[in-house]
Amino acid sequence: MQTEALLHTPKAASEPILAVENLKAYYTTKAFGIDRDIRAVDDISLTIAKGEIYGVAGESSSGKTSLIKTIVGAIRPPLHVVGGSVCFNFEGQAYNIYDLGPDELQTIRWRHLSYIMQGSMNVLNPVRRIKHSFFDFAFAHMGLDRATFWDKVREHLRRLDLDPGVLDSYPHQLSGGMRQRTTIALATVCTPEFIVADEPTTALDVIVQRDVLTMLRDIQRDLGSSFLFVTHDMSVHATVSDRIGIVYAGRLVEEADTPTLFRGARHPYTQHLVASLPKIGDATRRASLSGRPPSLADPPAGCRFHPRCPLAMDICSKQVPPLNPLAPRHRVACFAVSGATS
Amino acid sequence: MFTIVRDLIRYNIEFAIGLLILLLLIGAVVLSFFSPYPAADIYVVPPDMPPDAEFWLGTTSRGQDTFWQLMIGLRNTLGFGVGVAFLSRILSLVVGLTAGYAGGRTDRVLMAINDSIMVIPQFPILVLFYFVLKDNMNWLMLVLILSALGWSYDARLIRSIAMSLRTRPFTMQSVYSGMSMRKILVEEHLPYVMPIVFATTMNNMIWSIGMEITLSVLGFTDVDTPTMGQMIYWANSHSALISGIWWWVAAPVGAIVILFVGLFLLSMSMNEYIDPRSRLNRMGN
Amino acid sequence: MTAYLIFVARRFGQLLLVVFLGISATFFITHMTPVDPVAETISVITNFSKADPEAIELMRKTLTELYGLQGNVFEQYISFWSRLLRGDLGPSLSAFPTPVSQIIFRALPWTVGLMISATLISFLIGNALGALAGYYRKSRILKIVSLGLIGLQPIPYYILAFILLILFGFVWPVLPIAGGYEMNADLTLSFSLVLDIIRHSILPALALVLVGAGSWLTGMRALTSNIVTEDYVTFAELGGVGSTRILRSYVVRNALVPQLTGLAMSLGAIFNGTVITEIVFGYPGIGTLLIDAVHAGDYSLVLGLASLSIVGVAIAVFLIDILSPLLDPRIKAE
Repeated sequence: MQTEALLHTPKAASEPILAVENLKAYYTTKAFGIDRDIRAVDDISLTIAKGEIYGVAGESSSGKTSLIKTIVGAIRPPLHVVGGSVCFNFEGQAYNIYDLGPDELQTIRWRHLSYIMQGSMNVLNPVRRIKHSFFDFAFAHMGLDRATFWDKVREHLRRLDLDPGVLDSYPHQLSGGMRQRTTIALATVCTPEFIVADEPTTALDVIVQRDVLTMLRDIQRDLGSSFLFVTHDMSVHATVSDRIGIVYAGRLVEEADTPTLFRGARHPYTQHLVASLPKIGDATRRASLSGRPPSLADPPAGCRFHPRCPLAMDICSKQVPPLNPLAPRHRVACFAVSGATS
Repeated sequence: MFTIVRDLIRYNIEFAIGLLILLLLIGAVVLSFFSPYPAADIYVVPPDMPPDAEFWLGTTSRGQDTFWQLMIGLRNTLGFGVGVAFLSRILSLVVGLTAGYAGGRTDRVLMAINDSIMVIPQFPILVLFYFVLKDNMNWLMLVLILSALGWSYDARLIRSIAMSLRTRPFTMQSVYSGMSMRKILVEEHLPYVMPIVFATTMNNMIWSIGMEITLSVLGFTDVDTPTMGQMIYWANSHSALISGIWWWVAAPVGAIVILFVGLFLLSMSMNEYIDPRSRLNRMGN
Repeated sequence: MTAYLIFVARRFGQLLLVVFLGISATFFITHMTPVDPVAETISVITNFSKADPEAIELMRKTLTELYGLQGNVFEQYISFWSRLLRGDLGPSLSAFPTPVSQIIFRALPWTVGLMISATLISFLIGNALGALAGYYRKSRILKIVSLGLIGLQPIPYYILAFILLILFGFVWPVLPIAGGYEMNADLTLSFSLVLDIIRHSILPALALVLVGAGSWLTGMRALTSNIVTEDYVTFAELGGVGSTRILRSYVVRNALVPQLTGLAMSLGAIFNGTVITEIVFGYPGIGTLLIDAVHAGDYSLVLGLASLSIVGVAIAVFLIDILSPLLDPRIKAE
């Protein structure tokens, strides 16, 4: 897997299809007199280029899912955006997600921006046949007559090695892998320019995982879409992602091209994630990180990683390290790396 | 327990109003013991007097003070509801916990009976009881009959909780340490279902008091124990509305509506407290 | 398909159990008391006219036979069932010798009509408002309407019907408050008769709808606000599916299954309400018949009405139950 990752060629940073700036989103809960803010997305900035597969990695409950929900505008109370902006660029036109009305948002969904949800087991309406989902999601966006539409859908399914017979099934009649692949087919049937995939392989067994990943890679090659690919599994990132951002406790701590990240990670947390991967011919015991990820309701002051960090210094518990460019296309938020001068 | 009640009063307006109504009703019950006239005595005051300073809620055509009749009626009606709720809670706990814990055939048999009782229309059965019991139908008898009919819905609720408790590690631990089934149910599982038992008490009282009122108004209960329904029964039999003695009808009807709204508010807010999902929905508002 | 048949068979078994338990209960209730229906009947009849002892003895014999009271309790129980299965509920006393079944079937259409129309209206209104209130949680109008209907829900049927009676009978007399049609109406089918029947059914139906709609609304609102957090709803929203379509095909469609089960379970209570409401408005259905039978001391009519109510409600519950798998493909045999 490692060697395959090295074959990725960094895509030229043309105009970005997505620009996220200083995005902050908190869960605010108020129950029986206790107010709490959970800072699930805390000041994140990133850009994604056309045709790029951008991976987001991090432990569970590090805020990955909240980040992408905020990016696609799928937030619901108690999660709400506190600051920052999310701007997509489709066919030369800018769409600022949080400036759009519900109708405008609805028109770009699926046509330009689609989403493969985490826990795809329950994303299809359990009481209706799958063809109804295809119709509801895609028909209005494709602007075809019914016969042509269904031809297109069947052709798309066949291209993804799926039997068009799934259209007449109910979700509970399909296996987990089939359901996930059907969901991916549903998410890609309108040939969107930007696809968000949240842990698309997590609940699947290894063989099915490989099928699904191959499928996603093929789609990306055929459609030339950009992907925002989220998983906690670093080996999946090594296979799929062009560039990876590491999220820790709601913040982006390091971001680099996949080869750079796997060979020359600088943030101690990233180094730990990479080092914990198994390597062929290396039988040494993997060290685990002491401590647990912090509570987002009451994160530690300064760098959120400092209580678990082997390189922690005085300043780390007092100031928040900025995400500084270390080299072109490589950003790190760590005082031990960038120096404590900023 | 105390902090739960305090939090509910402070942050749940429905609970606060419901509790206030309940306290007022308990006040009325206490007050009823100081009634200057025995409840059953008639023609103790001038009949058909409209509400004034002396008779706050007027007097009835039977020469009774409507206010004191109302207080005593509230006492009997509430006592009735509490009695039925208490007995039927015991039944639903026994059936629900046993079915949920034992599972298998015991569960299937108990639930088949349970579901049958749930769908059988109770009103014709109650009328039938009155029809055959006639004068033997008294307050206590009706409590027993309604208790026997009013446990099934809540038994199902308790069973579903008991089923999930059965698979918890602490139950396994108790089983392996040789505790008897009765001991496990009473000492280990009962505390978990108590909150839901409290919440269902209110709903059960709404149901049983409603039934009692209906039967009383129709004259199908013991006419000598004055309840809220009895008052309406006597008012109707004296054609109070037609002869303009509106306070005789308005007092019990108003009190019943207030009583039911109070019980309902309590049940609603307690259910919400128990079910975290509905609490989350409230927060999302 | 076979799974569905097994499901139906099980439900049918439950139906038989309900009928068996219910009918047995009515039988034993009537037999556990010292009241002798034959003596009761004779005393009612002889109240009005003096009869010679021989005639009374003859009457006693005939009545014992008619009521199926020969032999010990077990024999009576068997003969009770066999007569019931033949649809023979004995003769009515108050309208002797008209068979009870004939009297009941005259009243039945009124009750069934009132119950079905009121249940349908309250189920539709309650669920529609509940779904809207659960989906559009910020709407002020929906909140006020919900609050009103939920507030009415705990009030006993009798009291609410009684309040409507006072309002429309004394305060603002615009609607007929008693009976199913005008006293001296021409009972041949005509437009004016239908209109008259509808006018008479408005208040009883309104009482039932006002009490019923609130509980459907509460249930549907809770279900809706839980279902909108389900993955398939979020996914449809992200898929740019329109909000009316989401509400109808995703939210309501999924909530309907538990609501239908709820309808089946509360059918007994709805029947109670219908009967009680009929009594308040003197509507010519089962309820009024039941009260008249009690006052007339008509033993066989009361027993027949109770038995028939149990069987009728149990069959209706069965029919609704076997419908629910058609709405949810996941329900097969449990």
